[in-house]
Amino acid sequence: MNAAADTLSAIFLIAGALLSLAAGVGLVRFPNVLARMHAATKPQVLGLLLILAGVALRIRSRSDLTMLLLVGLFQLVTAPVAAHMVGRAAYRLKRPSPELIVDELADRAPTTEVDSAGGGGNRRRRRG
Amino acid sequence: MTIAVVVAVTALLSTAAVLAIVRIVRGPTLLDRVVATDVLLAVLMGAIGAEAAFNRHATTLPILVVLSILGFVGSVSVVRFAARDDS
Repeated sequence: MNAAADTLSAIFLIAGALLSLAAGVGLVRFPNVLARMHAATKPQVLGLLLILAGVALRIRSRSDLTMLLLVGLFQLVTAPVAAHMVGRAAYRLKRPSPELIVDELADRAPTTEVDSAGGGGNRRRRRG
Repeated sequence: MTIAVVVAVTALLSTAAVLAIVRIVRGPTLLDRVVATDVLLAVLMGAIGAEAAFNRHATTLPILVVLSILGFVGSVSVVRFAARDDS
């Protein structure tokens, strides 16, 4: 039981570290911000969850498991929000972005307010 | 936990951190640096968790909670500032 849990924990830790290494390599080798964001998401969610599972297999007490669960849950909730913010800012800073093959927002009128909450579906747009 | 696993995990995480720092130094825009800083923080959290797993102690687990909150708040605020800075 104990040796099996330790072996599984070692496997989880090495897998999480490998995902972190993959993210580092992708950060250095990918060409632009959006591609680098794709690489950056890996240790933030899956790598960290694997490492937390490895810690949970090594330390088997209830309060510590609750704390690890809290860390994993918080990371799952906040990583998409932060990635969405970064991606939106990256898209709006390079408005006609030549590196995008498919730009589904290209026919929209450019918005001047960057952080408008709530989409603003019925805002009046001035066409020049 | 054999010493080979400890050395392997340490080497992998250290290499990932060095690559993230390379992107922080060389990143052409601010957003590149924000993404690389997020990765560096995730790697650091992984390292803290791995150390707690190697030595079987739970002393540093609250640091993980604080670091996850801090990374989210920091990256979101910096991105807000960058987006408004553009105009």
